[in-house]
Amino acid sequence: MDRLKKVLAERFVGDNFINEGLIVKKLLLAAACVAGFSVAPQAFANRDHIMVVGSSTVFPFSKVVAERFGRKTNFKAPKIEPTGTGGGFKEFCKGVGVAFPDVANASRRIKESEYKDCQANGVKDIVEVLIGYDGIVLANSIKAKPMTLSLKDIFLGLAKYVPSPDGKETLIENPYKTWKDVNPVLPATKIEVLGPPPTSGTRDAFVELAMEGGCKQFGWIKAMKKTDKSKYKALCHGVREDGAYVEAGENDNLIVRKLSENAQALGIFGFSFLDQNADKVQAAKVGGQAPTFESISDGSYVVSRPLYFYVKKAHVGVIPGIEEFLAEFTHDRAWGEEGYLTEKGLIPLSDAERAKVGASVKNLQSLSL
Amino acid sequence: MTSPNNSKPLSQQAALVQKSLAKRYASERRFKAYGLASVLFGLCALLVLFVEIFGGGLSGFKTTQVALTLELDSDVLEVYDATNPDEILAGNYTGVIRNALKERFPDATGRKEKRALYSMISVGATYDLRDQLAADPDLLDTSIDVWILADDDIDTYYKSLSSVPYAERMSDKQQQWVQDLIDKQEIRTIFNTRFFTSGDSSEPEMAGIRGAIMGSLLTMMVTLLLSFPVGVAAAIYLEEYAPKNRLTDFVEVNINNLAAVPSIIFGLLGLAIFINLFEMPRSIPLVGGIVLTLMTLPTIIISSRAAVKAVPPSIREAALGIGASKMQMILHHVLPLAMPGMLTGAIIGMAQALGETAPLLMIGMVAFIMDVPGAITDPATVMPVQIFLWSDSPERAFVEKTSAAIMVLLMFLMFMNAMAVLLRKRLERRW
Repeated sequence: MDRLKKVLAERFVGDNFINEGLIVKKLLLAAACVAGFSVAPQAFANRDHIMVVGSSTVFPFSKVVAERFGRKTNFKAPKIEPTGTGGGFKEFCKGVGVAFPDVANASRRIKESEYKDCQANGVKDIVEVLIGYDGIVLANSIKAKPMTLSLKDIFLGLAKYVPSPDGKETLIENPYKTWKDVNPVLPATKIEVLGPPPTSGTRDAFVELAMEGGCKQFGWIKAMKKTDKSKYKALCHGVREDGAYVEAGENDNLIVRKLSENAQALGIFGFSFLDQNADKVQAAKVGGQAPTFESISDGSYVVSRPLYFYVKKAHVGVIPGIEEFLAEFTHDRAWGEEGYLTEKGLIPLSDAERAKVGASVKNLQSLSL
Repeated sequence: MTSPNNSKPLSQQAALVQKSLAKRYASERRFKAYGLASVLFGLCALLVLFVEIFGGGLSGFKTTQVALTLELDSDVLEVYDATNPDEILAGNYTGVIRNALKERFPDATGRKEKRALYSMISVGATYDLRDQLAADPDLLDTSIDVWILADDDIDTYYKSLSSVPYAERMSDKQQQWVQDLIDKQEIRTIFNTRFFTSGDSSEPEMAGIRGAIMGSLLTMMVTLLLSFPVGVAAAIYLEEYAPKNRLTDFVEVNINNLAAVPSIIFGLLGLAIFINLFEMPRSIPLVGGIVLTLMTLPTIIISSRAAVKAVPPSIREAALGIGASKMQMILHHVLPLAMPGMLTGAIIGMAQALGETAPLLMIGMVAFIMDVPGAITDPATVMPVQIFLWSDSPERAFVEKTSAAIMVLLMFLMFMNAMAVLLRKRLERRW
């Protein structure tokens, strides 16, 4: 159900919903019926709070900053909607004006298509702020033995099609039933992985970083990227659908709970949930590294992704408090190595990165792709 | 009655009946047992739900506090005039609390340990201290003994000590300090009034349901004010005035269809009309209320029509017979008699709307909103949405808050449904 909602939300947040002539006619009719309730747009000409939309991964971090900012200043606390990264950009890029969000959170960098969409709608100047990193962990119940996986193991265990084990350059449907089949050093437990559905940003990042990372270790598949990019993508990003990968919904807490009941299964979720549930689950080492603050921050744990937010420059100075909000977010007490965001599970940037991003935020440097 | 049995002697027939009697009784008992089993199954499910929620959620109504002696030194606070709101706002309350902690636990040395020590107190304590100083400026440069709010990790750990201690987020040193506080009786749990007086927060120990309750009330108010008059007027027209023809049949079928439409569709409609076309802002109770009106309207129309239909025609005819106009007949006789049924329908419709989240997702009411809304044009969220947002949060302490919020929502629903039953019992007339 949640997934359905998300899909619908993403599909209909755009205004293309009302652009079809027939629907517009019907709507005008309906509008006439409810005109009595309508409030003239002028009544809402001013907005006294900052409007933030976007990624549900960045949501908890954005929330803390918004709260501290709201309590410490005379500005109202920003309103934050967890719409998901894609849905957030759709809203954000709709235009300039009080009806549109000021800030978009994202668990990946803005895509070129999204940037173009923004430009087409008059959202010319956008300030990009890289705030830190988020690790994606593979974990199992503490009742089970800890796992050590390589990216290749992850790919072979979870991909829909895998290279034939006889060494020929052909693809077969994933035949592996247990982790031992994948790699003889792994335990002989059934492959059962609980993870987020395709609508989730966590899933996108996992597929891109872990699965593709393992996939391109096969030389002939990597070569395919140049010759047939779409086939390469379908192969490396295709998750098996025979029941070994279980779509367990967007709620990471639920995955943690299911793991503690099922010692065989592995789960995929964000690092902050691992941090909060260390009594129930333990993380698998990936590529020889356990996910910790340090290993994610210095990049040695590879399944990690950058977190961003984007600010509409045209709104700065119009909607009260945007500059101050930016200053609070990029202050050392927030995103610094010992800032309050790290307590919520954000992996901080290195000092050099922080200095660089901080400077570009101060000058409100516009993004150009 | 010419069955072959009839030709048999009476005694033989009685014997046959006797023989089948035991079987008939048995099937009778089985039939009854099926019904009872269904009821018991329902009750069991309800019981499991309640045990699950109450078991995990009762501690959510409690909060942990730590006793500290705070020196409100104006140099540390950087507040020299406690009547100046700007100075009060900018004061360094964290410094005061940290100094008090260092005093209380002198064994904390080194950066890491000090950090662990400071993290035992919630950031909310600084806001409380600020409010206290603003309310009583004479406190400046005095020393006060106060119970201040503990951090959610301490809260979770302290509450879990009575059963399975949850110490994964606590260092050994922190556990020692808590033990020391327990020994000296300087830590306690009390009823969490903040839960009912504040809005949402990113810190579980500071989060409250008041913002969501207010949002729900404002939304419900809009819904009731719009849907009840419209629903009743539509029901009266359809029952009393509308001719019985294909058109009214068509309308009736469609009202029933609307009642069965998934609520998310109404959310999409609301997004398209109110937000995209009328350019009303996102996340406000006004839009939420209108969308939920669309959803509850069919329920109210259907139940109101049934209530109007249940008024005996003799009453209408008597009123018309002594010279009342049709409007007088409806306003003086039919409407008062049908009112209990209409109200019941309205309350049930409202209770349904109270638990709705899907349509509100579309119009932006699923959001983090810290300030408690005061008007129908302030950004707001509602109770079920708040529950959803908390259940999705990584912090462990939000688990009990989620259950506590569910309990509050259940209270509201039970209250509304009890009202509906009561109204029906009290006011309903039987003919």
